[in-house]
Amino acid sequence: MTFDASSPRVANPAAAARATGFRRGTRSTAASIGLHTALITASLIAVFPVFWVLVTSFKPDARAVETTPKLFNESSLDNYVRVLSGEKGDFLAWFGNSVLIALLTTAIAVFLSATTAYAASRFLFPGKRSLMLSFLVVQMFPFAVLIVPLYNVLLALGLQGTSLGLVLVYCTTAVPFCTYMLKGYFDTIPQDIDEAGRVDGLSPFGVFWRLVLPLARPGLAVTAFYAFLTAWGEVAFASAFLSAADESKTLAVGLQVFVQQNRTEWGHLAAASIVVAIPAVVVFYLVQRFLVTGLSSGAVKG
Amino acid sequence: MRRFLDRHWYAYAMVLPVVVVVAVLVLYPLVQGVYFTFTDVNEATIANPVLDRPATYEFTGLRNYLNVLSGDSSYGAFWSTLVRTLIWTFGCVFFHYTIGLGLALLLNRQVRGRSLYRVALVLPWAVPAFISAFAWKYMFNAQYGIVNQVLRAVGLPDPVWLGQSDWALVAVVVVNVWLGVPFMMVALLGGLQSIPGDLYEAAEVDGATPWQRFRDITLPGLRSVSSTVVLLGVIWTFNMFAIVYLVAGPNPNTRILVTYAFERFFSGASRDYAVASTYGVLILSVLLVFASVYRRALREQGEVW
Repeated sequence: MTFDASSPRVANPAAAARATGFRRGTRSTAASIGLHTALITASLIAVFPVFWVLVTSFKPDARAVETTPKLFNESSLDNYVRVLSGEKGDFLAWFGNSVLIALLTTAIAVFLSATTAYAASRFLFPGKRSLMLSFLVVQMFPFAVLIVPLYNVLLALGLQGTSLGLVLVYCTTAVPFCTYMLKGYFDTIPQDIDEAGRVDGLSPFGVFWRLVLPLARPGLAVTAFYAFLTAWGEVAFASAFLSAADESKTLAVGLQVFVQQNRTEWGHLAAASIVVAIPAVVVFYLVQRFLVTGLSSGAVKG
Repeated sequence: MRRFLDRHWYAYAMVLPVVVVVAVLVLYPLVQGVYFTFTDVNEATIANPVLDRPATYEFTGLRNYLNVLSGDSSYGAFWSTLVRTLIWTFGCVFFHYTIGLGLALLLNRQVRGRSLYRVALVLPWAVPAFISAFAWKYMFNAQYGIVNQVLRAVGLPDPVWLGQSDWALVAVVVVNVWLGVPFMMVALLGGLQSIPGDLYEAAEVDGATPWQRFRDITLPGLRSVSSTVVLLGVIWTFNMFAIVYLVAGPNPNTRILVTYAFERFFSGASRDYAVASTYGVLILSVLLVFASVYRRALREQGEVW
């Protein structure tokens, strides 16, 4: 049994392959031009804001607010140097905190949602339906409103002000959706594999760990992407739960120093934003070829 | 009991960590939050373990709900805010879905440079939301923002986008649509790829027009993906706090339920936890009603979900 990572429905790889490779004859030139025009326009709109931040990040603050737009205007690497050298706050410490928190969140959320999703996909147990439903309901409550009670819980657990406390809070936002997605993905992996593993003497955990997880890599990649982004870009909880000391801030909190009352340092902000966006874009680039498969099987099955 | 555990312990052991974490960090705070809605708790009356100060807030019954539901503007004008939230939610989800579907259909064809297009089109998803918010806020600036510079250059009116008018709502919808399309596009693209190609071949042999193929094969084939992503989209957009707040700030013209809860929570002389929680419970109720109506509608059409 080979597993074709590019087909969303393993049960019917042939049909899926035909669906992707389906052609309805050759396209006329006009249709071709229309297709590419539409795609190029959409791509430009998608990329432009990021491109514009990049352009701005090289301009001095005073040039970033001129009323005639120019690609280059006294552009230099000064903003980057100032941001990275810590002139505006301990940027490297923020960066380290964010990396630590995002990676921990990713690891814990992927592990938790994989075990839960596997149980929900393979076992029939009382309470399964209400568990999955509660994951949906959890997403409906505005989390901002939970800050005060959560603060008390974290204080009681001795986690208030620590990175671990924040990581656990992020997991509660990431795990419900990740579980949904992974359950759908696990559902596409045939039960026969589990049974064959059991016949060969593996425990149910062994089957999960050694057979199913390696096959579910696309799904896991997307889950990791989602969890990483959840933690990397979150502002409200990070400002509420981390101590006010400059060296314990995350990037999302620290960057607010560039937006002082009515006077935004756009050049510096843009440079810092580019540095912050790079890790996210790298993670995205690593998982993007799995995105379609990993996400869709989750959504197809709900 | 023994047999019950024997049969299910694997499953429970695998589910347990999540249940514990969710119970401690979501359900317990949720219960406390619901309790807050029946009190007059705020910054001054809440128990403060750090200062070792006991709670002094009092039980006030349904007063918070009555105040909020009266629609009084000192309590956030609930009904008009709800209407704005609905416009915001359905506007965003409509554009997310239609643009996402359109792009997914284009990307599902044999087209040169497809993977390049896909990377470009998914980029907005990869950029952290607070950075996208900064970027758009900069671009929407009335004087030096690139949007108005372009509008002026082609001779169109250049509104003050993020000022005290409904243009601010248009602006945040634009930002959120930009941000949300990639998720829909990717999910729908996966859905398209799971529709067997022989259905299209058979339809073509039978002489079905492209529109008929779209209506009778593509749309039904996407139904289960669509129903899931639309529900999730509605829930996420309804509670989309970061974009609205970071782009437009505490602007009454872009106020939706969740940003008002947050304003009530964080600003003002005494942080009003009670009213903020009341808003939270009302948001949850609206979404629960929506989700159950939505599920019933799907079930009546024969969808098992």
